[in-house]
Amino acid sequence: MPLITGNEGEVIMSYLKSFFGTRWGIILVGAFIGVFAALLQKWGNPPNMGVCVACFERDIAGALGLHRVDVVQYIRPEIIGFVFGSLISAYIFKEFRPRVGSAPVVRFILGFFAMIGALVFLGCPWRTLLRLSAGDGNAILGLSGLIVGVGVGVVFLKKGYNLGRNQVTYSSVGWLLPLIMASLFAFLVFAPLMGDGGKSGPIFLSAKGPGSMHVPIVISLIIGLAIGFLAQRTRFCTMGAIRDVILIRDFHLASGVLALLVAAFLTNLILGQFHAGFQGQPIAHTNHIWNFGGMVLAGLAFALAGGCPGRQLFLAGEGDGDAAMFVLGMIIGAGFSHNFSLASSPAGVGLYGPAAVIIGLLICLFIGFTMREKVE
Amino acid sequence: MSEQLDARGLSCPQPVILTERKIEELKSGNFEVLVDTDTAKENISRLARNKGWEIEIIPQGREYQLLLKKE
Repeated sequence: MPLITGNEGEVIMSYLKSFFGTRWGIILVGAFIGVFAALLQKWGNPPNMGVCVACFERDIAGALGLHRVDVVQYIRPEIIGFVFGSLISAYIFKEFRPRVGSAPVVRFILGFFAMIGALVFLGCPWRTLLRLSAGDGNAILGLSGLIVGVGVGVVFLKKGYNLGRNQVTYSSVGWLLPLIMASLFAFLVFAPLMGDGGKSGPIFLSAKGPGSMHVPIVISLIIGLAIGFLAQRTRFCTMGAIRDVILIRDFHLASGVLALLVAAFLTNLILGQFHAGFQGQPIAHTNHIWNFGGMVLAGLAFALAGGCPGRQLFLAGEGDGDAAMFVLGMIIGAGFSHNFSLASSPAGVGLYGPAAVIIGLLICLFIGFTMREKVE
Repeated sequence: MSEQLDARGLSCPQPVILTERKIEELKSGNFEVLVDTDTAKENISRLARNKGWEIEIIPQGREYQLLLKKE
């Protein structure tokens, strides 16, 4: 007799499905991400950057030569794992639903400016939490900016902001971003030199700096897959957590985000990775105004696009082509960010970073004000 | 025949916003919402429970018909 009959299998699936939807489900997943992000730092990923979707997509842009800052170039398997973990979960639980057509170009632009804002602060919402959990006081400014940005987004949502309906489409549309990710994995493994007629990179892989710091590929990939799987099940989203509290006083997602923060904090304490202060924090600067301002822009762009960078990867994994456009916008945005002196560095804010944040905010306001349906 | 909201094809959080608007407008009674993702189904279920509404979920192929009711 088989161990699990078809019927029992369905019972287990339905139990798992309902468990992940509970408060405890999302708390456990948040804690899982917090613990493993801190562990990844211990094992070799950059400090306070166990998992950072913005930084890691920026590293990918660098590896492809979309920017040439040689300390932040690496194809991060965690990002590839996020997409495939979500894809696997979506297939197992019959939630793979190829869809596209809800203002894709707007989502691309929002991803583009979200990345510019995040790289002025130096981190996505996940890294904001990881920096905070390791004692980096500058993250308080980033988190405040994020909350304000999402808050402005909520005002637009209440005033009828809506990017319109998507349409069900071919499965192959939903597979395009996963295929791009598979190609990136091949580039990582084979690391071909394709520049200058095959004499130099890309692919570029940093020899020094944050880009050179990484755990073995297999570990990155496995943890990425696990996080992608769990986050798809629970709809884990940092922007959504803030938005739901402001918009509908719902603390479901927020409890997962809080769990991530607490779990990462405790793990950092145990591992000796907690160092409170503002000065000398790893891969961070102390310009309060633009730490705040950068994340206002990022938070607003996430809110207008309906998800934080992590959530966009998970949505793309379950077939959402519009989320895939946001992801591509972020990767291209990272290229611009470094090529045009917009990104910050530990030395401080990039020369044109503040101007780019203001332009990004104006464009987000333009999108928020003009893309509204009438509300009675 | 109860009022029907069509939230199919709308991404998060639009289905929840539409439903909340209707809940605020009606205060009590019943209406139905059509959604096409599990996420929207879960989010609207949670909203309904938080607001003290009963919800019945009727799967229709890959979509869901959600019946919301409050005495």
